[in-house]
Amino acid sequence: MPEQPSGAQATGVDATESFGRGRLFLPLLVFAVIAVVGFIGFYLGDRKQLPSALLDKPFPEFRARILDSQATGGPERFATRADLLGRIVLVNVWATWCPTCRAEHNELARIAESYGLPIIGVNYKDRPELAQQWLARYGDPYDFHIEDLDGQLGIELGVYGAPESFLLNAEGRIVYKRVGDINPRIWQNELLPRLTAMEFFNR
Amino acid sequence: MRCAVFFRASRSLGVFGILYLLVSAVGGLVSLPVMAASTVDTFSFVAPDHEERYRGLIAEIRCPKCQNVNIAGSDAPIAKDLRVTVHRLLSDGMSDQEILDFLQARYGDFVLYDPPMRSNTLVLWLMPLLGFVLVIGIVLRMARRVPQASELSADDALKLQGLLDRSALGDRSTTENNT
Repeated sequence: MPEQPSGAQATGVDATESFGRGRLFLPLLVFAVIAVVGFIGFYLGDRKQLPSALLDKPFPEFRARILDSQATGGPERFATRADLLGRIVLVNVWATWCPTCRAEHNELARIAESYGLPIIGVNYKDRPELAQQWLARYGDPYDFHIEDLDGQLGIELGVYGAPESFLLNAEGRIVYKRVGDINPRIWQNELLPRLTAMEFFNR
Repeated sequence: MRCAVFFRASRSLGVFGILYLLVSAVGGLVSLPVMAASTVDTFSFVAPDHEERYRGLIAEIRCPKCQNVNIAGSDAPIAKDLRVTVHRLLSDGMSDQEILDFLQARYGDFVLYDPPMRSNTLVLWLMPLLGFVLVIGIVLRMARRVPQASELSADDALKLQGLLDRSALGDRSTTENNT
């Protein structure tokens, strides 16, 4: 660096020079802003995972036919919200037309088998006979299924794509919602800690 | 490239021209969701004003599955279900606001193209304003920085005068030659 310039004129030159140098960093600054926005937008959180409006809300009232999952041809039975109360349950919205539901099926079976978590199926916009065939082929780890032929219960639940799962406490309040498949990672990181906190394993 | 065009345009249009362009561009964006309405369902409406209200509602409800389309313009099954729901709620005699509240309670702020102003949506609301102020600031600064005529040194002034004189002479000689 040359000697420190002195006098009014010299400082004037200095000021414009530093201003000019500042402008050099403008593209870098713009890039940094774009990078930060992009990082937030693309990497932090799943954009498909909308925050549920129903978290901490009571599961909606409903009355729906119970799927005759064994195809016994027995009398029609109906379920209401009261049938979900009194115990911790996982409500799983599924359909035979949904490949991801097939993908999560084994994990649901494992959870029901190994941990005794009752799972209640909502057969969403499906045909009962297809659901019966599907369950006969892949097994039925569910407690029971309710039919949602026209998707109206789905709308009450804010469902926008199967599979979706709701963890309810004994009072029927939604404590956790998952859009997408239940997989070992979700079980380990999301469901298991919540079940532990709700003292599911102490009962 | 586009930037260069913008800067050049700013010189020829002036500040107000640029502002006009910006405002009309923003206006165009706002009217887009309304124009996107395309799918046709066959519904019968109980009251004469229901059809118009129905069209207005499905244009401002966002499809939760496809994320960037309203439920009027989406072919997704959930969008159809929501259209059916809107029609049902209309027929039940709900007001527009009650219908929007119904969907918001189930699908969250996300389904509304016109989200309420809250602490977590504040950024959403302030961003356009911030951008607008920023752009106006930049345009104003650019407009103020008119290229300054720099002072000629005495030496250069003399040289310039010489050149001008010579060209004036040259001009006269060429015109004389032509006539």
